[in-house]
Amino acid sequence: MTADVEDPERRDVLVIAASAFAAVGAASLIWPFVDQMNPDAGALALASTEIDLTPINEGQAITVMWRGKPVFIRHRTAAEVEEAKKVPVDDLPDPVARNENNPGSPATDENRTLAGHEKWLVMIGICTHLGCIPKGQSLSDTKGEYGGWFCPCHGSHYDTSGRIRKGPAPRNLDVPPYSFVSDSMIRIG
Amino acid sequence: MSSHESSYEPKSATAKWWDERLPLPRLMYDQFIEFPTPRNLNYMWTFGGILTFCLVAQLITGIVLAMHYIPSGGEAFDSVDRIRRDVNYGWLIQPMHAVGASMFFLAAYLHTFRGLYYGSYRAPREILWILGVFILLAMMATAFMGYSLPWGQMSFWAVTVITNLFSSLDQIIPGLGTSIVQWLWGGYSVSGVTLTRFFSLHYLLPFVIFGLVILHVWALHVCGQNNPTGIEIKTKSDSVPMYPYAISKDVFALFIFVIIFAWFMLFLPDYLGHADNFVKADPLVTPPHIVPEWYFLPFYAILRAIPDKLGGVIAMFASIAILAFVPWLDRSPVRSTKYRPIYKWFFWLFVFACLALGYLGAKPAEGTYVFWARVFTFYYFAHFLIVMPILGSMETPKSMPGSITEAVLGKGDKSATRSAPAGAPLGAPAAPEDR
Amino acid sequence: MPQPRRKTGNAERETEMIMKHAFSSLCGVLVAVASLGLTTTANAAGGEEIHIERHDWTYGGIKGQFDPIQLRRGFQVYQEVCSACHGLVRVRFRNLVEPGGPEFDEEAVKTLAADWPNQIVDGPNDEGEMFERPPKLSDPIRGPYRNQQEARAAQNGAYPPDLSLITRARGVHNDAAWYIHVPQMALDILTGYQEGGSDYLYALLTGYHEPPEGFELSEGMSYNKYFPGHQIAMGQPIPEEGAVEYQDNAGATMSMKQNSEDVTAFLAWAADPSLNQRKQLGWSALVYLLITTLLLYFAKKRIWARVKH
Repeated sequence: MTADVEDPERRDVLVIAASAFAAVGAASLIWPFVDQMNPDAGALALASTEIDLTPINEGQAITVMWRGKPVFIRHRTAAEVEEAKKVPVDDLPDPVARNENNPGSPATDENRTLAGHEKWLVMIGICTHLGCIPKGQSLSDTKGEYGGWFCPCHGSHYDTSGRIRKGPAPRNLDVPPYSFVSDSMIRIG
Repeated sequence: MSSHESSYEPKSATAKWWDERLPLPRLMYDQFIEFPTPRNLNYMWTFGGILTFCLVAQLITGIVLAMHYIPSGGEAFDSVDRIRRDVNYGWLIQPMHAVGASMFFLAAYLHTFRGLYYGSYRAPREILWILGVFILLAMMATAFMGYSLPWGQMSFWAVTVITNLFSSLDQIIPGLGTSIVQWLWGGYSVSGVTLTRFFSLHYLLPFVIFGLVILHVWALHVCGQNNPTGIEIKTKSDSVPMYPYAISKDVFALFIFVIIFAWFMLFLPDYLGHADNFVKADPLVTPPHIVPEWYFLPFYAILRAIPDKLGGVIAMFASIAILAFVPWLDRSPVRSTKYRPIYKWFFWLFVFACLALGYLGAKPAEGTYVFWARVFTFYYFAHFLIVMPILGSMETPKSMPGSITEAVLGKGDKSATRSAPAGAPLGAPAAPEDR
Repeated sequence: MPQPRRKTGNAERETEMIMKHAFSSLCGVLVAVASLGLTTTANAAGGEEIHIERHDWTYGGIKGQFDPIQLRRGFQVYQEVCSACHGLVRVRFRNLVEPGGPEFDEEAVKTLAADWPNQIVDGPNDEGEMFERPPKLSDPIRGPYRNQQEARAAQNGAYPPDLSLITRARGVHNDAAWYIHVPQMALDILTGYQEGGSDYLYALLTGYHEPPEGFELSEGMSYNKYFPGHQIAMGQPIPEEGAVEYQDNAGATMSMKQNSEDVTAFLAWAADPSLNQRKQLGWSALVYLLITTLLLYFAKKRIWARVKH
């Protein structure tokens, strides 16, 4: 058998350089095939949506779809806001606000809403435990022990600010990035 | 597999462990590293590697496209458009697949013509050759169905025309042709139903091709490659190990091929296709010129050359089927055309006939075009049925060398004469002995 | 020591020599044929030959790229002239902002979209009804007709096609004799010509004439030199003096030819928005491939140096 491997002549720079160039070209082909599975331009373009708030009366809530996920928009009553404000942050299982508009801040009720619009609560309606959609949007729904939302799958209770109070869920309901385009219109995303 | 002993020696403990359980490394070593290949192979022998690359490229780009493509009559065209416009790198992957099909056939035809010229179909390589014919057939079926998938005007009408051909069977058994056509269509006309089943089969067939290719390479490795002299390997000096010799040649040739591939894909992605396929399929509007892709043009010319519908269909299928009989049609005592001075002319005439038929396939079936299509169709079949058998037994071949080594080194140089590269001692271990 | 005979050995050198000779002959033939003129011909329904001139496009050939200023002018022509009948539904308003195209300002396009006369059908709303709303950036650039039937009803049976892919959906047939056609094809491949659709569209837009003596023009049709059959239902969209006045900084002045050229370029972009990216990648890929192939060639020669072949 030819001892090609032992022959120093064969391992010359030219062969190595040529092989390296060829290999680099082949490797560079990989990225397009990986990236094509990422969200395409159409999906990225639908990244934000605008919602008209006028039809939502006080005490009512609606659910809208955004990036394929349900978003809870609640027009809270003064009482609900009061109740949420009274809770000390230290009592909360999750002390972080989980508000993308105010990242890292503590979970006070102020930090869960936008300044000047504390009656409006906007959250992603997916339980942070294992992904079910909590009950509490419609008037007939059970709202759990803290008057907010209740997840029927494994018994997580959220309060009137959407924060987890009892049950297996580890985090408060996430607040997506959103802003008030006008007093009656928000843009999510 | 081949007749020689395996000289693979597992070096590490892990290698030994594998070797005792599933000797894949041994297989790879024996068949693709140490395998003796004739030392005189020219660049026409690089197309096997190139074709493997094409198959893998089509499989990968195809599977990726299938993640975004929607095989329904209503959405197919729009989904392809969306791939080109919105999918990340879709503008690159889609033409890679479309141009890749053309490149696949270019390589396949060159590979086939190489076989015809050098007599690679002759004993003991008959099954190898026939497997190749089946691969070609499977490629054609795959390409035909693949072309329907964008559901443009040309996609739709090509399917209509070609599937309608089967209705000519009604001339043999009344009703048979029509039933077959409706069975293919899944309805009374070509529709989205047809498209969806073509998508399923188009996804399936390349894996069938893959299996056929494995058998093809297996059959090849039983007897080894042919070579330009047509004389089999007799002694060690006739061959070189596949790695690094044949492999380095294959990789270089592959890159030349990729340059052509990239040229079309990036500068001329629409050149090999038809403008009409950028119009959504419309069953009520027939394009003025229905033309298949270039690689089907010779067969299309043969189809239209025969005035009778059934006759045309039979001729078209026969023009592919006849390839399978070539090992028995060629009656020359000599394998390679290199030593057949008269047959050489007929071979090139055959190549010209195929090119001419390709050109004529794109022209309307009128006037002088029909006349020449008939002339070249006649020659196409005459080449196999008349020239191959008769000329083979009549011709006096040129004098042939005794062996591959003799062909390469010349008659008086059977001993180890070789020009040593500067600085290397004679008899350096890397050099094959007696070269 | 007798010299080894080169004649029957060294098949690789033979192949190379043949390739070199073939290539130089090919070049000679191409040069000869190229002097026969670079026009391509279109085949009208009656088998008559129509010569379509090749136009010089900024995006043509292997070095071609779109000129964003031209594309903006072209969009203006589309908006003011063509959008009255033709949709562009495969193009979204956001594409007008993205690189490689007209590259308009995003806020300007948002306003343009909101004011676009052809609204988007959305719904059903809470009453269960479909409704119309103004387009957003992510919406398509719709034409005035909801479907082909509505278009035909409004246009006396004729259908103004959507223009999103028109320059790729049209081309020019070459009916020259084979000894001219085949070298022409080779030349086209070497120069990267695939602008047949653009050439046709430009010819069409500038090809309206009075019908020649004895030509029977049907009612409601117009004579066009380049449309197959010479009778086209679309009246001349851009008159002799031009149709769209450009702003001072638009880089060109109004004329039929200028408007036609600009709208053709814009539609070529609409049909192939990734052209800039694609051709740039073509160059990088080519450079890389040439270097690597050369290295592989010399590596192969190095490996084979020890073996007579």
